[in-house]
Amino acid sequence: MKGRHALAGTHIGIAVAAFGVASFLGVLQAFSIADIDFPYRDESLYYISMTAHGVLMALVFTTFFIMGFGYALAQENLGRLVGRSMAWLALALSAVGSVMAAATILRGESTVLYTFYPPLQAKPSFYIGATLLVAGSWIWGAVIIASYRSWRRENPGVPTPLTIHGMLATIIIWYLATAGLAVEVVGMLIPWSLGWVKTIDPLVARTWFWWFGHPLVYFWLLPAYILWYNVLPRVAGGKLFSDSLGRMVFMLFVLLSVPVGFHHQFVDPGISSGWKLTHTILTYGVMFPSFVTAFTIIASLEVAGRMKGARGLFNWIGKLPWSDPFFACVALAMIAFVFGGWGGAINAAYAMNSMVHNTAWIQGHFHVTIGTSVALSFMGGTYWLVPRLSGRQLRLPVLARVQPYLWFIGMALFSTSYHIAGLRGLPRRVYSASLNGEQGAPWHNLTVIAAVGSVILLFSGLGYILVVLATWLTGRREDAPAFEFAQPLTPAVHGMWDRYALWTTAAIVLIILAYGYPLIHLLLTQRFGSPPYRPF
Amino acid sequence: MNNVEFYEKMWMWAATGLLIVFLGAIVFTASSEAVHPPGKLETVNPTKLLQHPEFSRPGVRMRPDGGAIVIVVAENYDFAPDRIEVPANRPVTFRLTSADVMHGFQVIGTNANAMAVPGYVTEFTISFKPGDYVIGCNEYCGLMHHKMIGHLVAKEVK
Repeated sequence: MKGRHALAGTHIGIAVAAFGVASFLGVLQAFSIADIDFPYRDESLYYISMTAHGVLMALVFTTFFIMGFGYALAQENLGRLVGRSMAWLALALSAVGSVMAAATILRGESTVLYTFYPPLQAKPSFYIGATLLVAGSWIWGAVIIASYRSWRRENPGVPTPLTIHGMLATIIIWYLATAGLAVEVVGMLIPWSLGWVKTIDPLVARTWFWWFGHPLVYFWLLPAYILWYNVLPRVAGGKLFSDSLGRMVFMLFVLLSVPVGFHHQFVDPGISSGWKLTHTILTYGVMFPSFVTAFTIIASLEVAGRMKGARGLFNWIGKLPWSDPFFACVALAMIAFVFGGWGGAINAAYAMNSMVHNTAWIQGHFHVTIGTSVALSFMGGTYWLVPRLSGRQLRLPVLARVQPYLWFIGMALFSTSYHIAGLRGLPRRVYSASLNGEQGAPWHNLTVIAAVGSVILLFSGLGYILVVLATWLTGRREDAPAFEFAQPLTPAVHGMWDRYALWTTAAIVLIILAYGYPLIHLLLTQRFGSPPYRPF
Repeated sequence: MNNVEFYEKMWMWAATGLLIVFLGAIVFTASSEAVHPPGKLETVNPTKLLQHPEFSRPGVRMRPDGGAIVIVVAENYDFAPDRIEVPANRPVTFRLTSADVMHGFQVIGTNANAMAVPGYVTEFTISFKPGDYVIGCNEYCGLMHHKMIGHLVAKEVK
């Protein structure tokens, strides 16, 4: 990887490697839950594998992909990367942190899952590794923002390119979210794991965690939206239906992403029903920009179909390039998001939440959202990026065409089964769904179907890795295709949605309103800490 | 281009309307059916539960109105009491805490589903149809998490 995209390419490479390791682990878990025996199957392997799968998929694969994508966009759309040497330093920090965390997990010393709720205690290197990964991403954000500011000085009054607009929204959300994570990990978990303090308050830690944990999903989702808004209409051969709606969508996410965390804590003690309802209302608010996105993107695809000569109500759908790897990935990702969003609305309604909270429904839900909508978008993004970053033609195009459909089918089996099993009451994160022989019948067959789905997913994931590897190593050298983005139907306008300081300030005010009182009330109450436990 | 704006507006109003309907359903059930999540802030020393007047003796206490209060302590890998007997179709108030790590308390097949957090008391009220239920832990608490099982029997009262 040489040239101006070396940085972006290296990030994507690390992301794909993390994905590869994690996809093998997923199969072990699905088999174990379904009580299908295999060599070395035991509880320890299961939970090590679950911790590693979660950390590598949800934190390493996503973060590295997003960082690489951000660098590529800054390079192309702003024509610069201010602080390139800092960016390499950030990469080193993030990579060292990821390896530290992965090593202690795989040694079986930090089997705390990717939610790491205290008083389960991991080794200090788990928390420090995670901190370094995030510290690297903070530098990444600063590099992109510095590049934007440098560009802005030269281009006053010009609308921010929509790609960069989306990336800035992603970065602002990431800073707001990881502030909460930093309080939990640096302020509480690291001193406690080093033995400097004896006890920890599990509920306070968990509240900071979910301050971070829900906007985390928008940190994953927004880069996917950047692909949907800017690349998809172009690949489909059309135009972006509305640039201004896209601009609005990204800033509404900045405004509403963070103050929603209590919908993960509905059945926790210590937070009053009224504040839980407040976060519920805000959670429904954050669905609004996704509804608008559904409209804008589908309208853009209809524009594409009609530009290719489609007539009538629906035959524009058939005119879309369903055999293009990028298009197939993203279109299927969007279909999955219809179901994912519907499930999310159920999770966020607290009466229905008590039916699904911490059941297999939840793993079903996040595999259809992050595991399909985001992951498939990133796979499509990889197929689109790698030839442009490396100047090599995509190899194994047939595999690249089939792989997204396989992923969709595998996930349909996997996720649907767990949704239903969860409704029937299968608790989440169990090594064996027979629950010690007490209660297996209502969901045994469903867990077997999910295991079949996981095998299909593994084949699909291997296909993705093979295509990337083959392209990188043996793809025919060509002049790298240009980074071409969708043009809007009406020209973009530089207006209120481009005022990042304003929207960030508004977001901070809303966060203080939504979290201030309940957090202070909690912190001022006489509380009793917990000593560490390591039941693994 | 007027058409574009028209469709955009239609859609945004429709989306807003849909969200208001969703929220209305939540507020309606909260006010009319008294569907509330646990909301109390009450702390307890998790390392001294054995000296605690209430949590040192987990069990079922009958209330004068025919309902019950159930004191539950979750601890790797058991719920105390192991077998909970409550009257069916009567309000049952659970007071739940953990003696070690976080646990989940899920009466499988019902809406009784809450977190047991060390240092805190989770209180919620619910009623059961008659029957035998299995209680599962639904938060990872250690390697034998899947074996952390309890039992609940809801008996019809005359």
